[in-house]
Amino acid sequence: MTVGSTTFKQLHLQGVRREFDAFTALKGLDLTVERGEFIALLGPSGCGKTTALNCIAGLLPVSGGRIMLDDRRVDVLRPEERGFGMVFQNYALFPHMTVRKNIGFGLRMRGVPKPELEKRVDAALAAVRLESQAQKLPGQLSGGQQQRVAIARAIVVEPPLVLMDEPLSNLDAKLRLEMRQEIRRIHQSLGSTTIYVTHDQEEALSLADRIVVLRDGAIRQVGTPAELYALPAHLDVADFMGFRNRVDGELVGMEGENALLDIEGTVIRGRMRTAPAGGAAAGKAAVAAIRPDDLEPTGTADGIPVRVEAVEYRGRGFHGVGVTASGTELHFASPHPLERGAAIRLGADAGRVLVFGDAR
Amino acid sequence: MSAVMEGRADGPTLRQRLAARGIDGATLLVLPCVALILGLFIYPFLYGLMLSFEPKDGSLFGNYARFFSEPFLYGTIFKTLRLAFPVTLLNLLIAIPIAFRVRLLRRQRLLTTLLVLPITLGTVLVAEGMLFYFGPQGWFNRSLMAVGLLSTPVSVLNGYWGVFISLVLTGFPFTFLLTLSYVSGIDPSLENAAATLGAGPAARFREVFLPLLVPGLAITFCLSFVQAYSVLPSAVLVGDPANVTRVISIAAYQAAFEEYDYSMASAIAMIMGAVQLLVVVAVLGCRSLFYRGPAAGAKG
Repeated sequence: MTVGSTTFKQLHLQGVRREFDAFTALKGLDLTVERGEFIALLGPSGCGKTTALNCIAGLLPVSGGRIMLDDRRVDVLRPEERGFGMVFQNYALFPHMTVRKNIGFGLRMRGVPKPELEKRVDAALAAVRLESQAQKLPGQLSGGQQQRVAIARAIVVEPPLVLMDEPLSNLDAKLRLEMRQEIRRIHQSLGSTTIYVTHDQEEALSLADRIVVLRDGAIRQVGTPAELYALPAHLDVADFMGFRNRVDGELVGMEGENALLDIEGTVIRGRMRTAPAGGAAAGKAAVAAIRPDDLEPTGTADGIPVRVEAVEYRGRGFHGVGVTASGTELHFASPHPLERGAAIRLGADAGRVLVFGDAR
Repeated sequence: MSAVMEGRADGPTLRQRLAARGIDGATLLVLPCVALILGLFIYPFLYGLMLSFEPKDGSLFGNYARFFSEPFLYGTIFKTLRLAFPVTLLNLLIAIPIAFRVRLLRRQRLLTTLLVLPITLGTVLVAEGMLFYFGPQGWFNRSLMAVGLLSTPVSVLNGYWGVFISLVLTGFPFTFLLTLSYVSGIDPSLENAAATLGAGPAARFREVFLPLLVPGLAITFCLSFVQAYSVLPSAVLVGDPANVTRVISIAAYQAAFEEYDYSMASAIAMIMGAVQLLVVVAVLGCRSLFYRGPAAGAKG
């Protein structure tokens, strides 16, 4: 009794837990995925994202909670009964089967008659542009080609849900960009639902309809790429979204939505994201998070004073590292080259500075 | 020196040219090993081969002619095959499912240590133990009689089954450890991939594990078979060395140390080696029909 090739409206994770002996890898995950969505599970290594994917695939039993496909419970089914397609990080191609046999494996296991099987394998080969490699063994292919075989093998059975576990992490930078487009194109042309695990925020931002940020086995934030990019809800999510500068300061007051933060004697404005415990009173400690691209030399007497430590040429401009009086490193962008050791002041738009009172 | 200088001017030096063919200083380290193989294996083998062609009657093939004309002698080939073949097959068939279970265990070390023990004990000690265990006053007969399954002690020993059991006991750990290493060498994500593609446990074994295991199992079979085919102590101690378990090594032993006909003994040893080689070549020949690359899902 397979769920396979049936469609669904929503996938629900309800309090999904997973424990390894004393270690809790997933601390009760709640998530609803709509049909046709592209969801990225994003987080640093060890955050439980691959565990979550394996639980959905059925490769790991859940320790608690339920996984539902609409109103059918799937967490009690074995992986072969779920009918989800999965792309593994190391591709897991069958080394003794040709590309064609690899791709046809799922169809053969489902008892699809030969003529139809051949037709669908041909279509899948065409979808990943590997027609000319059909008779080769996986060992004779390049990494990118193996990757495409793995994708074709997972999608040829037209699974209701495609699970991808860091499928691009073993490829070089150029190929990664190409395959990213390929994956997005295949997702759209099939209208499938995809859950994609990655630790690369750029990948998540460019591919996903919604991003789920995980940390220590719990969901930190769920949102569209734009939401997460502009307004991360926690300091660690901000960290992941490229807010490389984290500066400690002291709250001095509020100005509408913006908080005023005293950083080594300079007051800067930023959007308050999390209030300190007990409210945003003056004198409380807070952290300002700023992307290097948003922090620039002011050229005036405003801004945080730093001494320029290093300057790198980055094509469009310069990337600088400055050190404040207390020794905090700040990464910033500059349109002009700067002398090493120069004293400058750095500032950013209030809308580009995020203030976290709760620095967890 | 001049050659080196000349080499520098014209292209790679002799040393570089040798290195390109994989020959450098470290290659010399192979020499002690070569000497050992030549002295302890090749030379005795050739010596025995020559000796086997110098029978007492003076003709070149006298020994071989005699061996293949006397049923008492050529029969040993088949008597040994009748033992070695089923024993090896049985060991392999038991080893595979156990290896599949053990590969998932976390305390593999303890189990493998336990299994290595019979190998270190050697065949003589195992045969001794069997003599007591299966003897008329041994645990086997006494417990079966106590539960009422037997009225008089049965004799398992001194016949085909005594040697069979002894070969299984001493051969299994070896077969198992080899099989385990081949089974654990298969990337577990291949099984996961097959499962997500809809393959149940039986299909996963048939379609993924078995084809990847066959080459390793063939090697395991060959090594275990050669070991079983050269059985001697247990065939004497727990078998019936005059009749059903008169294995080929007994024939060689008798020729050498009872008839003092070293030439004949050498001929028998050569025939024994030829039979083993024949089986090994046949099995490895079949192996080449299967995929023999790495059992992993991707390039390194």
